Amino acid sequence: MTDAIDVRHVAKTFAVGKGRVVAVDDVSFSIPAGGVLGVVGESGCGKSTLARVILGLLAPDSGEVEIEGQKIAGLDRRARARLIQPVFQDPFSSLNPLTRIRDIVALPLVAQGSLGRAKIARTVDEMLSRVGLSAEMGRRLPAELSGGQRQRVAIARALVLRPRIVVCDEPTSALDVSVQAQILNLLAELRRDLGLTYLFISHNLAVVEHVASEVAVMYLGRLVERAPTERLFAQPEHPYTKALLASVLTPEPGLGVPDVGLGDTMPDPANIPSGCRFHPRCPIAEPRCATETPPFKPRPAGGVECLLVP
Amino acid sequence: MSVTATDPGSSVESSPRSSRGPRRGWRSAGTWFGAVIVGIAAFCAIFAPLLVPHDPFAQDLGKRLLVPFWMDGSNPEHLLGTDQLGRDYLSRLIWGCRISMLIGVTVSFVSGLIGITLGVIGGFLGGRADDAVLFAITTRLSLPVVLVALAVVGLLGSSMTLLVITLGLLLWDRFAVVSRATTMQVRNLDYVAAAWCAGCSRFRILTREVLPNIASHLVVVATLEIALAILLEAALSFLGLGVPPPLPSWGLMIAEAKDYMFFSPWIIMIPGVALFVLVLGINLLGDGLRDQFGARTAP
Repeated sequence: MTDAIDVRHVAKTFAVGKGRVVAVDDVSFSIPAGGVLGVVGESGCGKSTLARVILGLLAPDSGEVEIEGQKIAGLDRRARARLIQPVFQDPFSSLNPLTRIRDIVALPLVAQGSLGRAKIARTVDEMLSRVGLSAEMGRRLPAELSGGQRQRVAIARALVLRPRIVVCDEPTSALDVSVQAQILNLLAELRRDLGLTYLFISHNLAVVEHVASEVAVMYLGRLVERAPTERLFAQPEHPYTKALLASVLTPEPGLGVPDVGLGDTMPDPANIPSGCRFHPRCPIAEPRCATETPPFKPRPAGGVECLLVP
Repeated sequence: MSVTATDPGSSVESSPRSSRGPRRGWRSAGTWFGAVIVGIAAFCAIFAPLLVPHDPFAQDLGKRLLVPFWMDGSNPEHLLGTDQLGRDYLSRLIWGCRISMLIGVTVSFVSGLIGITLGVIGGFLGGRADDAVLFAITTRLSLPVVLVALAVVGLLGSSMTLLVITLGLLLWDRFAVVSRATTMQVRNLDYVAAAWCAGCSRFRILTREVLPNIASHLVVVATLEIALAILLEAALSFLGLGVPPPLPSWGLMIAEAKDYMFFSPWIIMIPGVALFVLVLGINLLGDGLRDQFGARTAP
């Protein structure tokens, strides 16, 4: 059986001024049909670039992306839309402010070009009620909706063509905490009912633990660790993963922000360190980390990229 | 590069206009002043044939240079007096408003068509197309407008069509610059990416997602371009290379009046003041619209 998403040696750099920013560097992974891969990492580690490459919005410098066995670059735009759809982070910029909700949700259907108006209207109303919005909402403009409602509209638009794969690029991070859970539950419910595959990008570990079956950790454009969700949270191997897990805020008052021993310098994707790119911040780095490139050490259903783990 | 998170909840709940301090947009008296002037001018322009008290082209050499109503010896039949050929000055002023507005609107339509097409294509496609558009804009900016217009009209003879086409071909730069910049902004917003993922064609994305969202900026440019075109037409007419007589454009009225201004200064003042007030009004309205829409659609 072919994987839902197969990413092979994808690299993407951007020219910024005189330098080059490495956003994604030789990343490979695959997601089986029906799986949920959570991708976590700090801001600027290349998560969103990866999402855009997989969606076909950006062409990779090298490597290729296959969606259900077909190269994304060669797909017809209509066929591509039927296979893979996005849910973006910011529901305030992902909906055209001048378009009524009903027309926003109808857009993928209209773009197919082969559906009648009555059928489109019926499908849109079904989809709106599916994500918990009334048909009356369809007549409104995005500005008249709350953030959570807007994200429901974005989900409805993504699912109205019944795609197999949805790329969720931080779908809850712009929402209030109270609404986040609703949106996550809605996404989980829809995945179960429609048999969807998710690529779920987030910087929120709790969210990823809640929705993902597998987790990939990104650092400065590379996947440094990948494991099934339970194992990653129970026995993280890469020092960066350990630090990420330690950085989760606890509800305990008085503890303050946890110190994870990474220092306070932010990684700079325009200036990638030599050797292991995590070594300047790594709490257990040895001298050889600055010179040797760490090999990928496979594990069952995953792997880790570090010189110091066995 | 991950998308920067915008402040959640900032866009809708708080009214951006109320927090902007001094009077802006429709709250400012200047905008209303401009709107009223433009409204009156548009009304005069559209209904000129019904409004004129006399035929603006009919000469009556027995009634040359009658003075307007505020001076001694005025004729109540000719409120603003008559010109050097005895034509009713009020009628010519109203008809001139029609000519000036017509030129302003058509020139900015032609230049808008050219400028918006180029700007949107450059801003949306980027790369080579954008380089070509930028080159075209730079080339256009290096041409002295009045000089080229004078040369063209001088070579090919003056007619209103020629004037509109010439000015339209010369005044598209601001449209191109603004539509290019705003398109580049809108292009990177997520709803354009979503439309692309939805399988929309480039044409559909441009016409349905991009153009409507930059339209408010372009309306502002259009008002300012109308004012500029009216002024340029007046300047060309004054130099004798604008609309051909006996059409009463305001610039031409000023030009014809300059021989008589020593003894009848009102004859040059009336179209001059009218021109000044109309251009001021259009600019005030344009500024007001910019503040109004700029506050609402700034991403």
